[in-house]
Amino acid sequence: INHIVHNGGLYKRPFNEAFEETPMLVAVLTYVGYGVLTLFGYLRDFMRQWKIEKCQNATEREEQKDFVPLYQDFENFYNRNLYMRIRDSWNRPICSVPGAKVDMMERVSHDYNWTFTYTGRVIKGIINMGSYNYLGFAQNAGTCQEAAAKVLSQYGAGVCSTRQEMGNLDKHEELEKLVARFLGVESAMAYGMGFATNSMNIPALVGKGCLILSDELNHASLVLGARLSGATIRIFKHNNMQSLEKLLKDAIVHGQPRTRRPWKKILILVEGIYSMEGSIVRLPEVIALKKKYKSYLYLDEAHSIGALGPSGRGVVEYFGLNPEDVDVMMGTFTKSFGAAGGYIGGKKELIDYLRTYSHSAVYATSLSPPVVEQIITSMKCIMGEDGTAVGKARVQQLAENTRYFRRRLKEMGFIIYGNEDSPVVPLMLYMPAKIGAFGREMLKRNIGVVVVGFPATPIIESRARFCLSAAHTREMLDTALKEINEVGDLLQLKYSRHRLVPLLDRPFDETTYEETED
Amino acid sequence: MDIKSMKYYLYWLYCQFELITCSYLMEPWEKLLFYTFNITMLVMVLYTAYIFVPVHVSTAFQFFLNLFGNQHENTVSIVK
Repeated sequence: INHIVHNGGLYKRPFNEAFEETPMLVAVLTYVGYGVLTLFGYLRDFMRQWKIEKCQNATEREEQKDFVPLYQDFENFYNRNLYMRIRDSWNRPICSVPGAKVDMMERVSHDYNWTFTYTGRVIKGIINMGSYNYLGFAQNAGTCQEAAAKVLSQYGAGVCSTRQEMGNLDKHEELEKLVARFLGVESAMAYGMGFATNSMNIPALVGKGCLILSDELNHASLVLGARLSGATIRIFKHNNMQSLEKLLKDAIVHGQPRTRRPWKKILILVEGIYSMEGSIVRLPEVIALKKKYKSYLYLDEAHSIGALGPSGRGVVEYFGLNPEDVDVMMGTFTKSFGAAGGYIGGKKELIDYLRTYSHSAVYATSLSPPVVEQIITSMKCIMGEDGTAVGKARVQQLAENTRYFRRRLKEMGFIIYGNEDSPVVPLMLYMPAKIGAFGREMLKRNIGVVVVGFPATPIIESRARFCLSAAHTREMLDTALKEINEVGDLLQLKYSRHRLVPLLDRPFDETTYEETED
Repeated sequence: MDIKSMKYYLYWLYCQFELITCSYLMEPWEKLLFYTFNITMLVMVLYTAYIFVPVHVSTAFQFFLNLFGNQHENTVSIVK
């Protein structure tokens, strides 16, 4: 559905995002399934308590039974009775490079997923639809691997120090200049871990007396960083610009809660691509709002860097905007560059401040040299500076794969969430038994998928998440689509009634989850 | 050949039932318990229906017959 532009033509291309509503019958049956499993969960807990059945999970010791109980909340109940039944779809050990095809170690469980044993067989050539390998740089051969091997023999693998002490290599300086050039910002800084980049740098940027406006579905690292900072956090509805504007207006008009003083800083936390929904942030509108209300923007491009935009520079290039409008551009090297770590890019004063005051710079070990070389080589490849057209070809291949895969799945009749151009494709499963069944059936047909259930998604909206890659050829995608079609017929997953919910454009009166007519 | 496809269809229906009620995930003794409970409930409902539905239907039928029968006589008397 094309977003009807009523805000002055901010979008230069159509913005097609859709989240089809859950069919009523499916929702009712999902609750029935969860109800049955909950009853059996209570039965099993009863049997475990009265020693009719052997208790295989963690419990308190005998001496501690009179204290506050540790394992009685819903999370632990869910863990013991529901997660254990389908646990074999997760933590599967792979034993080759996670490229387009991967090898997996076969394991069986004789006591219903409490323990696993390896049969010793290795399943080879499983089509990998779960790794965040968007541009196919997870390879064990090629220019990146040769360069990394050379640097490994020169620098070794360990750094043995933090950035501020003895861990600042010339490779890190080279990497940071390259990242700044790639993004189009003044300066950048790289950290050893993507999660730590968010959780350790947001506390350095905001503190008490500041306001954080964070999207409903932000990643745990952003939420953790926001909570650690001590600032006031307000949540706006996912990708909903009316909700964000309402919060901004309230913040400017009313100020801090009791003293009514103006906020020291207002920081908007959004992500480029939300990995559980497959949706892309409405960046032109966010930037317009940010300029109007004079707040700051922190953009987490973990999944969108390298994967969106005509030359892979991320969501800012995808919308054709100026990178200097985004105050803090954060991203990770884990997804599209095939390495590990994160970066923050922005104005020179900001990055110089972070070099001194970030917890990650002071306490965390810096990036390992071969990893840095992998990032440098892959980034140069994407930019086209190594002399070949491989990078551009990969970016285009990813875009083609995305459009083809999404179109075919929608035609088959599955409910797919998210934007037409995002390489993350969530396919809705809803019922708990289908989560386990989908994972197992796809593995039987030699396709590895990631299924996601309760704590990461709302309880009835469990899904299977496909991550497309530029390394997938058309034949691999066709094989995968054929198998998904078969499994979809077998498990009856084709719920779509082709009734797409129109995107809400009406203004909201409250920041809660009800809407009133104006 | 029709029997084979019929049997496959019934097996597929059974699979759907297993998936929806999550008995696909249960251990064998849990499945036994669950199916016993369900089949007992179903048999009891069917038995109750077998005994009481004919009686209820014929009583209701007679009630409505009397109601409409009286009405017809009343209108006839007024017209006369």
